[in-house]
Amino acid sequence: MNTRTPARFPYTPPRELAEGGELRVPVAIVGAGPVGVACAIDLALHGVQAVVLDDNDTVSTGSRAICYAKRTLEILDRLGCAETITGRGVCWNVGKVFHRDRLAYQFDLLPEGGHKHPAFVNLQQYLLEEAMLARLQAVGGAVRWKNRVAGAAPDADGVTLSVETPDGTYRVRADWVIACDGARSPMRDYLGLDWKGQVFRDRFLIADVHMVGDYPTERWFWFDPPFHPHQSVLLHRQADDVWRIDFQLGWDADPDEERKPERVIPRIRAMLGDDRPFELEWVSVYTFQCRRLDRFVHGRVIFAGDAAHQVSPFGARGANSGIQDADNLCWKLARVVREEAPPALLATYDVERVAAADENILNSTRSTDFITPKSAMSRLFRDAVLDLSVRHPFARRLVNSGRLSMPTTYRESVLDTPDTDTFVSVLVPGSPASDAPVRIDGHAGWLLDRVGGAPAVLYFMAPDRAGDLERLVQLAGELRVVVVVPAGGSAFSAGDAVVVEDVDGLAARRYGAAPGTIYLLRPDQHIAARWRRWDAPAFERALARATGRKEVAAHAA
Amino acid sequence: MPLETEPNIPAPDDFYQALIDAHAGLDDQRSAALNARLVLLLANHVGDLDALREAIALARDGL
Ligand SMILES: Cc1cc2nc3c(=O)[nH]c(=O)nc-3n(C[C@H](O)[C@H](O)[C@H](O)COP(=O)(O)OP(=O)(O)OC[C@H]3O[C@@H](n4cnc5c(N)ncnc54)[C@H](O)[C@@H]3O)c2cc1C
Repeated sequence: MNTRTPARFPYTPPRELAEGGELRVPVAIVGAGPVGVACAIDLALHGVQAVVLDDNDTVSTGSRAICYAKRTLEILDRLGCAETITGRGVCWNVGKVFHRDRLAYQFDLLPEGGHKHPAFVNLQQYLLEEAMLARLQAVGGAVRWKNRVAGAAPDADGVTLSVETPDGTYRVRADWVIACDGARSPMRDYLGLDWKGQVFRDRFLIADVHMVGDYPTERWFWFDPPFHPHQSVLLHRQADDVWRIDFQLGWDADPDEERKPERVIPRIRAMLGDDRPFELEWVSVYTFQCRRLDRFVHGRVIFAGDAAHQVSPFGARGANSGIQDADNLCWKLARVVREEAPPALLATYDVERVAAADENILNSTRSTDFITPKSAMSRLFRDAVLDLSVRHPFARRLVNSGRLSMPTTYRESVLDTPDTDTFVSVLVPGSPASDAPVRIDGHAGWLLDRVGGAPAVLYFMAPDRAGDLERLVQLAGELRVVVVVPAGGSAFSAGDAVVVEDVDGLAARRYGAAPGTIYLLRPDQHIAARWRRWDAPAFERALARATGRKEVAAHAA
Repeated sequence: MPLETEPNIPAPDDFYQALIDAHAGLDDQRSAALNARLVLLLANHVGDLDALREAIALARDGL
């Protein structure tokens, strides 16, 4: 029934099979899903080539992720593959919520202007993965397809993986392993780790449907519609005229029966309410769960993505948070591999991303509780909220059909330096840096593009303190130095520093900056420290701390 | 803002009658729906999460 054949990638018999059977690498990545591939690209950009092992030879099949949030798009942009993804994907702003037989209300996300990337883009997961794999190849990386990790023996200095191929078994000896082998993670089993959490007693029929026509690019969510009483339904657009349709079925539904086209087609027909043509691309029945590992770092094995944490898809947090894991982990691992930081730096990945997983699990559990109320009273309140939402904006804020993924602020991370100066800004140490439109050499551009993936300094130019700038420019090389000047500000040469013009004043506003303000950003573009004016010793301390050179080692000792 | 538990309704009998009258002619299910809507409207009026949590705890006490 699939209208699409997924891309297949060639398997090459590994040469280690012939040559004594062992490959030695600093980093091995298990799993070439979006998270494993994001890790491989990011490590390559940080100068570490990792081997990627995947048991399969295709991109993801079936109905999986469709919705990628702004922060994820910024990360993909840093990795060098956002253009294909936003180019192919669809942007939407209008959402409609229906209750029973009527439209309860609609919302327009009217994304805040002055960001390179929209609030989110919809694209089927296999197309996301294809774009990421093309980028991995472009940075000199590759996946070893049909290389299944069949066992893992970790010790104090590394991990020995046993890898099965169609032509036999060989070993990979890695100093570090990133386990990105998905929700069923065999790596978790090899290490005997607990996978704790909650299964939601409900089932969802998820269909991807190809239909051509003049349908609006909107997200439609129905509670208790006449065509599917007592349950919810979601309709959302993907690229290439493919639509995602979710039917809540209840716990008692028979998954095998419900998957059959003769049951699925009438359901969709009833939803569409007419006889426009459509074709089924994928149909699955899912039960959702929220679980996570207690810790993501287990000696030399580091878990990321669905292997580390799993959420229900309401709120689109799976792939989004997995790619954010990669963003958090790879610069740290690269520094540890290059012996620029002690392994203790990796403990901050654990703390920061466990907190992020908890935030995502909390949000997705709340959505699931709203969509599938667990008691008669919970349903009564849910319906009361929906009834009130027709007339009262306050109730619309309580309707929860999925809170879209927002990045986590790494509050009180040991890598952050607490503020000593006062800032009026939504940003705090630990927040992801905000984008803003800028002009560089007379050309329109974006602030985050200039920040990239190195530790960076944003310096809001104070014309009367030329000395500050001189000190900063000396740091360029180790640090990326971005000098922000006001619109129309004089262009001047500042060594290796990049000078950007804050065309709309949005950079200064978003950062709560005045002339002389300095921000220090981590390589994952999160804010490490900031000051109202240059203070060399404080800066040196914050930089050492943010990159795990001194303070982290002391903390972990 | 602490939850106000001292007398705060100027005409308590009028309020109480209005509350009971609102349920007149409703079956149990509709009455329950009315109560739920009322809780939500009033909660929004209060707004303060600490006060709401305190009210929830007091209401739950002894049940
Ligand atoms: C219906 C649905 C809708 C979703 N919608 C969204 C959404 O809108 N937005 C969003 O962000 N997320 C969404 N998700 C979640 C998203 O699909 C996952 O979070 C994402 O795929 C996780 O990526 P991953 O790389 O961690 O794991 P996976 O994509 O599962 O990749 C794991 C890889 O490891 C490989 N592997 C497994 N075992 C081995 C082994 N022994 N040896 C070698 N390789 C192995 C597998 O073949 C696979 O390639 C949705 C999920 C579902 C089911």
